[in-house]
Amino acid sequence: MACSSAGIKPHGYKCMSDLLLSVEALAATYNHAIRALSGVSLTVRRGEIVALLGANGAGKSTVLKAVSNLLYAQRGQITEGQIHFDGGAVTTISSADLVRRGLVPVLEGRHCFHSLTVEENLIVGAIGRDARRSEIASDLDRIYALFPGLKQRRKSLSGFTSGGEQQMTAIGRALMSRPRLLVLDEPSMGLAPLVVESIFRTLKQLNVSEGLSILVAEQNSTVALRFADRATVLENGRTVLGGSALELRQRADIKALYLGSPSESAARVSSSSNRAVA
Amino acid sequence: MFDYQFFIEVLVGGLLSGVMYSLVAIGFVLIYKTSGVLNFAQGAMILFAALTFVSLLERGVPFPLALLATLAVMVVLGIAVERFVLRPLVNQPPITLFMATLGLSYVIEGAAQLLWGAQVHGLDLGISDTPFDVAGVLISQFDLFAAAVAGALVALFALFFRYTRTGLAFRAVADDQFAALAVGLRLPRVWAAVWTAAGIVAVVAGLLWGARLGVQFSLSLIVLKALPVLVLGGFDSIAGAIVGGLLIGAIEKLAEVYVGPFFGGGIEAWAAYVVALGFLLVRPSGLFGQKLVERV
Ligand SMILES: Nc1ncnc2c1ncn2[C@@H]1O[C@H](COP(=O)(O)OP(=O)(O)OP(=O)(O)O)[C@@H](O)[C@H]1O
Ligand SMILES: [Mg+2]
Repeated sequence: MACSSAGIKPHGYKCMSDLLLSVEALAATYNHAIRALSGVSLTVRRGEIVALLGANGAGKSTVLKAVSNLLYAQRGQITEGQIHFDGGAVTTISSADLVRRGLVPVLEGRHCFHSLTVEENLIVGAIGRDARRSEIASDLDRIYALFPGLKQRRKSLSGFTSGGEQQMTAIGRALMSRPRLLVLDEPSMGLAPLVVESIFRTLKQLNVSEGLSILVAEQNSTVALRFADRATVLENGRTVLGGSALELRQRADIKALYLGSPSESAARVSSSSNRAVA
Repeated sequence: MFDYQFFIEVLVGGLLSGVMYSLVAIGFVLIYKTSGVLNFAQGAMILFAALTFVSLLERGVPFPLALLATLAVMVVLGIAVERFVLRPLVNQPPITLFMATLGLSYVIEGAAQLLWGAQVHGLDLGISDTPFDVAGVLISQFDLFAAAVAGALVALFALFFRYTRTGLAFRAVADDQFAALAVGLRLPRVWAAVWTAAGIVAVVAGLLWGARLGVQFSLSLIVLKALPVLVLGGFDSIAGAIVGGLLIGAIEKLAEVYVGPFFGGGIEAWAAYVVALGFLLVRPSGLFGQKLVERV
């Protein structure tokens, strides 16, 4: 078979069916005026976790909204480039149909339905893919097994739950749609390190055990690179760097160069570049 | 000496007529909550429903059949409005949508006139308006009937929102439209359902108001009665619409009886607006409304 999933050769040819998502030379604007992206490219292969890194305003959310065909709802437009999910051109498929095909977003800032209970939030996720009643009950159990904390809070209004619980609700709601590609926008935002760790661990577990592919935008590059297979770095709406997470993790300078440098890593960069000169 | 019995009589009469205002306001709230559209055409829909119903009755169609046919017509109208007016205008600013519904109200009124003519029709629902006596307080039988029907309708909606899938989708869209889109809900379907629901409310309101005032073109002006109710209750709260309607009903009648004489009477028509205006200054989002936020 030509498309065996066996080896991912470092620089070798990857056959098309292995590509779940491809973004090619994407350019996008808001209000036909503000240019947010130009020439962004990235890919997600089946079973991969890909991190999309970049500082504030780099364009991560814009890429993810374009991928889910949600840009128009915020007065954004794709002006150039192409996005394909599982062989289909994303711009010709409504966001509702993308969800049914297995491309499911978790929005930046969680966007739980605050006036609905945690469980109702999850059920809306199931309605979003037209699930049958019998499937909903077993899918709920599955989500509660992944996020035991949610089970205790299932009858609470989600607006009254903690930030971590809301993030779990938002992820659980997306999982209720039985995604093949989960597109997460800054799941770590505003959460304590331990909570972030547990959320990423759960995602990794789904990735390993069920082959769930994940595209995750993060400012927290340390955590994201630890769990991702590959990463793409955005700066001012352009892709500036890409590669295996392992490789990027070892380059201390990327944090300083592209991700809004904490002084500590900036110091490390200068010392390492000194060494290079010497 | 203050006549408590008379006071209660006025109050009860006011509350009962307030129920009818609530009914009109609920139609507004349903649509505003889920799509952020202030539907000025709600009044025209009420007129259209009432006119369709009477005209069918007058042509010898039996009552239940006329009611069913009217409901069907309103459902079709609701779906058509979503499909041909609102969907092309998705993502337009609220003022554009409001203007569209303003235009729509003229189209619906025009269509009503073309179809059924412009004369005034009487509508008899077979409920007598003779008052009856409860512990010395006179209560209009028709008002009581209207309140019961409105109450039943509200209870039905509450159950629908609580226990059905469509109801849940409805609440999700009302809560966070962008998130609803992201999880894969089909917003046009939800909007069509909302307009259908507003159409059903219009049928009930149209029959009750039509029986009270006669079915005529001024019926569409009861939207103006709903505005103070919405200001009081908040544009996005069904509970607010109910409480607001009751308050406005009571205020109108009490003002007419106790304050009216100082102005030479006739203040019932504008007392509600004065109260609403005062209220706007104190609490712009209404009793139950959320803070007005710009919608995406
Ligand atoms: N709805 C919008 N309307 C207009 N401009 C926008 C909108 N959303 C984002 N932008 C602009 O597009 C650019 C990219 O923003 P985007 O939200 O994609 O960045 P980001 O990488 O997600 O940032 P953050 O880490 O802060 O979430 C920014 O310059 C931003 O100001
Ligand atoms: Mg962002």
